[in-house]
Amino acid sequence: MKRAGFDNIWLPVALLLPQLMIIAIFFYWPAGWALQSSFYLQDPFGFGSTFVGGENYTSLVGNDQYKRVAGFTIIYSVLVTFFSLAIALLLAVKADKVIRGAKTYRTLLMWVYAIAPPVAGFMGILFFDQSTGPLTKFFQMFGWDFKLGVDYNATATAMVIVAVWKQIPVNFIFFLSGLQSIPRSVREATMIDNRSATGRFWQVTFPLLAPTAFFLLIINITYALFDTFGIIDALMKGEPGNNPMTLVYKVYLDGFRGNDLGGSSAQSVILMVLVLLLTVFQFRLVERRIHYT
Amino acid sequence: MAETTLETPVETHRPRRIKWGAIGDHTVLILGALLMMIPPLLALTTASHDAVTIHREGLQLTLGDNLGKNFHAAMFEKGGFTQTVDGTLMLMNSFILGIGFAMGKIIISMMAAYAIVYFRLRFATLAFWVIFTTLLLPLEVRILPSYEAIQKLGLTNTYTGLIVPLIASATGTFFFRQFFMSVPEELAEAARIDGAGPWKFFVDILVPLSRTMIAAIFIIMFVFGWNQYLWPTLITTDESFFTLVRGIKQIVLSYTDSQIPEHGQALALAIVAMIPPVAIVVFFQNWFVKGLTESDK
Amino acid sequence: MAQVSLEGIRKVYPNGFQAVQTTSFTIQDGEFVVLVGPSGCGKSTLLRMIAGLEEITEGELKIGDRVVNDVDPADRDIAMVFQNYALYPHMTVRKNIGYGLKNRGTPASEIAAKVEDAARMLNLTEYLDRKPAQLSGGQRQRVAMGRAVVRDPALFLFDEPLSNLDAKLRNQMRIEIKALQRRLGTTAVYVTHDQVEAMTMADRIIVLNAGRIEQIGTPSEIYHNPASTFVASFMGAPPMNLIRAEVDQKQVKINGYDALMVASEAFSGPITMGIRPEDVELDAQGQVKFHVDILEELGAHRLLHGRIDDQPFSVMIGKEDTAHTGETRIKLKPEALRLFDKDTGLRL
Repeated sequence: MKRAGFDNIWLPVALLLPQLMIIAIFFYWPAGWALQSSFYLQDPFGFGSTFVGGENYTSLVGNDQYKRVAGFTIIYSVLVTFFSLAIALLLAVKADKVIRGAKTYRTLLMWVYAIAPPVAGFMGILFFDQSTGPLTKFFQMFGWDFKLGVDYNATATAMVIVAVWKQIPVNFIFFLSGLQSIPRSVREATMIDNRSATGRFWQVTFPLLAPTAFFLLIINITYALFDTFGIIDALMKGEPGNNPMTLVYKVYLDGFRGNDLGGSSAQSVILMVLVLLLTVFQFRLVERRIHYT
Repeated sequence: MAETTLETPVETHRPRRIKWGAIGDHTVLILGALLMMIPPLLALTTASHDAVTIHREGLQLTLGDNLGKNFHAAMFEKGGFTQTVDGTLMLMNSFILGIGFAMGKIIISMMAAYAIVYFRLRFATLAFWVIFTTLLLPLEVRILPSYEAIQKLGLTNTYTGLIVPLIASATGTFFFRQFFMSVPEELAEAARIDGAGPWKFFVDILVPLSRTMIAAIFIIMFVFGWNQYLWPTLITTDESFFTLVRGIKQIVLSYTDSQIPEHGQALALAIVAMIPPVAIVVFFQNWFVKGLTESDK
Repeated sequence: MAQVSLEGIRKVYPNGFQAVQTTSFTIQDGEFVVLVGPSGCGKSTLLRMIAGLEEITEGELKIGDRVVNDVDPADRDIAMVFQNYALYPHMTVRKNIGYGLKNRGTPASEIAAKVEDAARMLNLTEYLDRKPAQLSGGQRQRVAMGRAVVRDPALFLFDEPLSNLDAKLRNQMRIEIKALQRRLGTTAVYVTHDQVEAMTMADRIIVLNAGRIEQIGTPSEIYHNPASTFVASFMGAPPMNLIRAEVDQKQVKINGYDALMVASEAFSGPITMGIRPEDVELDAQGQVKFHVDILEELGAHRLLHGRIDDQPFSVMIGKEDTAHTGETRIKLKPEALRLFDKDTGLRL
C-alpha cells in the first residue's frame, strides 16, 4: 500500500467487487466443490452420491494405471523442462553475443510463442505421420519402427519433441532478458579478470542467471503439467488407447469421458496440492531473489 | 599487410581476422531459427497442395497451386459434424474470446489492483490473499468442478461461460499491483494537492501512465485467450461457438474421416489460427517482451 | 497569504515510532522558513503534516485562522514542490501546470492565461508543449515550481527540491526560488538537509534533530550562537571546532594552557568549548600549540586541519597567509568562544 492512500471506503469496495465475485464463483466454489466430491462416490447414473471418505485417494494409490500415468508425467516433465531450457539457454547466450542481426534472431526465435499448443500438435501429426512424416523416416533410419499413436514410446517421443519446440521461445525470451540485465560494468570487470569465455560464462554469467533459471524451472514444470494438454490431445488424436498421457489429461479423461466424478476430483485435489507445493517453493525463491539482488 | 587489402577495412585498421567465434554464434542461431521456422513454413507450403498429393506424399517443400482454393474452402465452406460452421465464424469467435478475455481481464484486474495499492483499507491484506491464492491453481487443475459450476449456472455454450471463468485468476491483478507499486508515491501526493480525488487520479494519471503496461498485458492476454483449448472444448459443444483452436481437432477428425483426408484445408485453417496471435506478438514484440518478463516476476 | 502555527504537534507512527516530538512554532506571514536536519530528523514528516499528506497524531495546525488538521490537502490552499518533482509524465508542461486549476473548475481561458503568466515568470514559455521527459533537470524543477506558483496559494511547501540537481544548477535555483518567493510574498516552508541552502535562503531556520527542535533562529543567530553542540557541528562548513576544556575558578582552560577567557562563576569543571575556524589566528606568540596535518586550498581562503593535543581542530586562514604542515601556534579570539555542557551538549 502507498504511504498516503486515499481514505475513501466505498470506491475501493466497488473496485474490488467484480474481481472478488468472479473469483468466488469460478474459483473458490469449484475448488471447494472438488475437495468435497473427492470424498464421495458418484452414482454412475447421476442419482446422488455416497460418502466414502478417503477411498477415492487410496484406490488411486493402488491403481497401476494411475501410477503409470504419474510416472510418465514425471519423466515427461523432466525431459521437456531440461531440453527446452538447455536449447533456449544456448540460443539466448548466442543471441546476446551477436551484434549483427540480433533483433532479427530474436524475432525468429520467439514468435512460435504465439502458436496454440493443439495447432503445434496438429503440425506434429504431419511430421510424425506413419507413412509420410519426415521425422518418422528419420527415426526409421535408425531402425526404429516409429508408429505415432500405436507405439507407446513413439507417441511419447513425439509429445516431448513438440512440447519442447513450443516452449523454447518463452525460455529464450526470459534468458535473453536476464542476460541483458547483467550490468555492463560487471561484464567488463569479468573480461579483465578472466580471459576464458567459457570460464566467464560458468563463473559469472550463469550464477547471475540462476534466479531466472530457477524461476523458469517452475514455469516449465507447470507448462509440462498443464499447458501441454492441447499437444497431447492432438497427437493422440483424441484416442487415449494405449497412449501415454499426463495427470491432467487423466483428470479430464476420467471426469468427462469416464464419468468417475469422485476419482477425477481426488486426482484434481492431488494436482492442486502438487501445484501448491511448487508455488510455495517458487515464492520462497522469489523472496530470496528480492533479498539478494 | 598485403593480405589486408583483399578485404575492405571496416572499422579497424588492424588486419581483419576471421572471427571463428562469431561464425559459430551465427551458425547456432541460424540453426535455431530454422528449427523454429520450418514446421510452420512447411505447413504453409503443404497447404498449397491438393488433398491427394498430401495424402500420398505428406509434407511438401514447394508451393503448389491450391493455396487459394484450400483457404477459400477452409474459410467459407461449412464443415464440422453438423455442417454449420465455417472458418470465418470460428475466426470471429476466436477474436471474441481473445479480445473479450484480454479486455475483461485488464479492466477487472486494474480496478482491483488500484483498490489494493492506493487505498487505506482494513481488509486490503485479506483481499490481497483471497485474490492471490488463485495464482496457485491454474484452471486445468480445477477443470471439472469449474465445468460443473458453469453447467449449474446454465452458461454452457455462451460467450460469458467461455470468457469469464478464464478471468478468475490473479495474473493480471498481480501484474498491475507490481506496476502501481513502482509508480512514485509523490505522483499521487502531487495529484491530491492538485485537488484530484481517487477517481480522477485513476482516470487522469494512473491509466494514462499505464498505457504501455496495458498494451503489453493486452498482447499477452489476447494470445492466451486466443490459444485456449481445454476450456472451450468443454464449455462449447454447439459448433457455432467454436473458436479456431477449439475447432481444429474436430475439423481435423472430420476431414480425416473421409476417404482422402482434406489435410490441405485443415492446414489452411491451422495457419489462419496462427496468424493473428503471431502477428500481434511480432509487431508489438518490444511491449510483449517487456510485459512478459516483468509480469511473471 | 497566511501565517502558519503549530501548537503541540506530535507524530507517532502506528508502529510506535515517534517521528516528531511535541513541537510548537509559528511561521509569520510571508516568511521563508527552512527546516534543516540530518536524514530521519523528522523534518519531512513535519512538512508532510502541514501538507496534509500525513496525519497529525496530536496538536493543532492552523493555516491562516483556520484549523486544518482534518482538511484535505487539496483544500488547504497550499502548493508543494517535491524532491523528484512528481511531474505527470504523460502530460505536457502546460497541462502539468494547469492540472490543479482544472480540478478546481477554473474556466479554460483563465487557466490558459495563468499558465502563460507562470511560464513567463519561470522562463518556460518555449517548453509549454513538451513532456517532462524532454526537459533537463533544471527545467523540470521549474515546471514543478510553476505548478506551485500558478495556483497562487497561501503557502508554499518545498521538500528538498534541489537535491536532484548538480551543484552549479543548485546554486542558481537557490537564488531563483528565493527571489520568486520574495516577489510573490508567499509564506514558504522549505525542507533540506543541506545547511548551505538553509543559511542562504531562510529568514528563519529551524534545526531539527531526532524529532526534536534544537534551535529556531535567523541564519546569523544559528551560526554565531548555536544552542547546542549539535547545531554547532551541523551548521556551517567547516563546522565549529568542539574541544574538551575546563572551567577552573572562572577561568576557561584547555588542558595544560593558560586561561583563554573568563567565564561566569555559575559553573566549573569539564565543559565542551566551541570556536569557528575563522575565529582562530596563526600567531607565533599564540597561547595554544597546533599541529597541522593537512592544508586544504579553497581559493578564497585556506583550511588547516590538524590537532590540539589529540583533539581534531581546524583553522581558516586568508589566501595571503603563509602556512605549512607541522607544529605551529594559534590564538583564539576570546569573544568567539562558546561553551557547552559536556554531557547534554547544550549552550551554557
